[in-house]
Amino acid sequence: MAVNLHAVLELPGLINKENIIEAQLMWILAWNYLLKYPDKILEWTLQHLYIILVANASAAVLGILIGIFISREGREQLADTVIYLASIMLTIPSLALYGILMGILSALTLPSIGFLPVVIALTLYGLLPIVRNTYTAIREVDPAIIEAGRGMGMSEQQILVKVKLPLAVPVIMAGLRQAIVMNIGIAAIGSYIGAGGLGQPIFRGIANYRVDLIIVGAVFVSLLAIIMDLIMGRVELITTPKGLRIRGRSND
Amino acid sequence: MIKLKYVIKIYPDGTEAVKDFSLEIKKGELCIFLGPSGCGKTTSMKMINRLIPMTSGKIYIDGVDVMKLNPNELRRGIGYAIQNIGLFPHLTVEENITTVPMLKKWPKTRQRARAEELLKLVGMDPQTFLERYPSELSGGQQQRVGVARCLGADPPILLMDEPFGAIDPITRGKLQDEFLKIQSKIKKTIAFVTHDINEAIKMGDKIALMQEGKLVQFNDPATLLNSPKNEFVRNFVGADRVLKGLRLYRARDIMQEPPLKVKVGDNPVKVRDRMKRDMLKWSMLVDGQNHFLGWITYADLEKAKSLREIMVPPAVTTAPETLLNEAMSMMFNSAIGNLAVIDDQEHLLGVLTFDIIRNILGKENSGNQKRFGGSKQ
Repeated sequence: MAVNLHAVLELPGLINKENIIEAQLMWILAWNYLLKYPDKILEWTLQHLYIILVANASAAVLGILIGIFISREGREQLADTVIYLASIMLTIPSLALYGILMGILSALTLPSIGFLPVVIALTLYGLLPIVRNTYTAIREVDPAIIEAGRGMGMSEQQILVKVKLPLAVPVIMAGLRQAIVMNIGIAAIGSYIGAGGLGQPIFRGIANYRVDLIIVGAVFVSLLAIIMDLIMGRVELITTPKGLRIRGRSND
Repeated sequence: MIKLKYVIKIYPDGTEAVKDFSLEIKKGELCIFLGPSGCGKTTSMKMINRLIPMTSGKIYIDGVDVMKLNPNELRRGIGYAIQNIGLFPHLTVEENITTVPMLKKWPKTRQRARAEELLKLVGMDPQTFLERYPSELSGGQQQRVGVARCLGADPPILLMDEPFGAIDPITRGKLQDEFLKIQSKIKKTIAFVTHDINEAIKMGDKIALMQEGKLVQFNDPATLLNSPKNEFVRNFVGADRVLKGLRLYRARDIMQEPPLKVKVGDNPVKVRDRMKRDMLKWSMLVDGQNHFLGWITYADLEKAKSLREIMVPPAVTTAPETLLNEAMSMMFNSAIGNLAVIDDQEHLLGVLTFDIIRNILGKENSGNQKRFGGSKQ
């Protein structure tokens, strides 16, 4: 690995052999940090997780409600607009969004740094995949199935609750999974405005040139994302109605 | 039972889907809405349960204006089956069948009992299928469940939109037969949409043939086949309309007593004399219990010692339920050209000959519109 790294890093002529040794040293230091302060890392991880869960729970509730609302027939125009706005939201850099939210929150005399602005920002970011997936999933339920339901005397609400939503669950869950994984990365930046979490070692490391801290933060953010992705994959499977999981065991 | 009066449907874009449509479906009648695609047949049917709102006109069910009813209540009282079946893939067969009972809040045990009863009715084993999901069923089984579901809360009226459409011809024929059998028991009032003239003739008590939103002809199938009202009907019915008329009958409707039934032990000489006297070319051989054994021809009798030795065994026989078009093609395969109709214990019931069929078709064409057998099943 050292040789490869050397070959690559030497190209720009910026990093020499000593630097590479130093880089390897940083990984060792990071490992030592992990052994020495596991409780600190755990604390950051839990903070991070907490932010993510609160933000994505709100994004899920809001997103699914919005998704359902805009999926009603005759609201296609509205749906386009909402999804467009949600995707614009994603293009705003998180630091800028935090800044904007700080301004708004302080004007409202709410806490403008720390947990609240970060959770709000992550909720906004999480909306797009959830709203879009909810909308698409509901709109793509086979019209024959909906017609059958209506023809048998189901009210629009019964069609939504008993037919459309159960059939949309897998796709909605996929959107939630996407939102969570994406937000785990963005949440790290939240530490910059004092929300805690695994961004903390990263920013501290940058400020003090402690590469080992940066490595610890980065590795754990990535691990968290991977683990949450796996968990949400399971959740997606479990929440999928059984009839949709079974495929083609037909016999006549 | 169902009465449509001057019903008009104009879509917002100005398309006149249904123009001045009036028709009455009597209680227990299976009425076919027939026509080429875009003729307004499905639209007309869907206005009955208000899935499509009509622009003007009146629709009455049992004398009650459907517009005065709550649409969901109205629909729960009308069975509904569609071409794409539309089974709920996330629900089991039982839950699918009991959709309407569930909406009507029947007790659970009654729902279960009803689901079992209906599965049996459509020829599926409740033990095997109640807990299955639609994705585990074949196309034919799904159609059956679709039919069972539309009968869920035992509605007096059924609306069926090409319910056997999305299925291979063999299974479709089977399902049609089964459905006719069921209908002969349950006697629902049915509006049945199809574009298939053969299905219409086979299934319908009445056929409403539509063209461009207008009702062109409303008659029983025999009348439609024999006296098409205009060029459109004649073309739609097809040049082979006389042959199509064969589907109107089952073997038992037109079979006749054999001109001569002889027993195994009868004296060949006496049989010969009898046939000579009556100018018969053939007779039918049965045993003591009236089991059909084979054909005896006059030509063979001359030097026969016993009837059994000159008997021509039947190449094919048929059941009384067989449709006449099928029976006739069997007759082409029969050496004698006649077809013995036997029950499932092989008792001889009657015989079909080309003469009988020619008579029937001839009668139909010479203006006698009375349907011969009358019953569909």
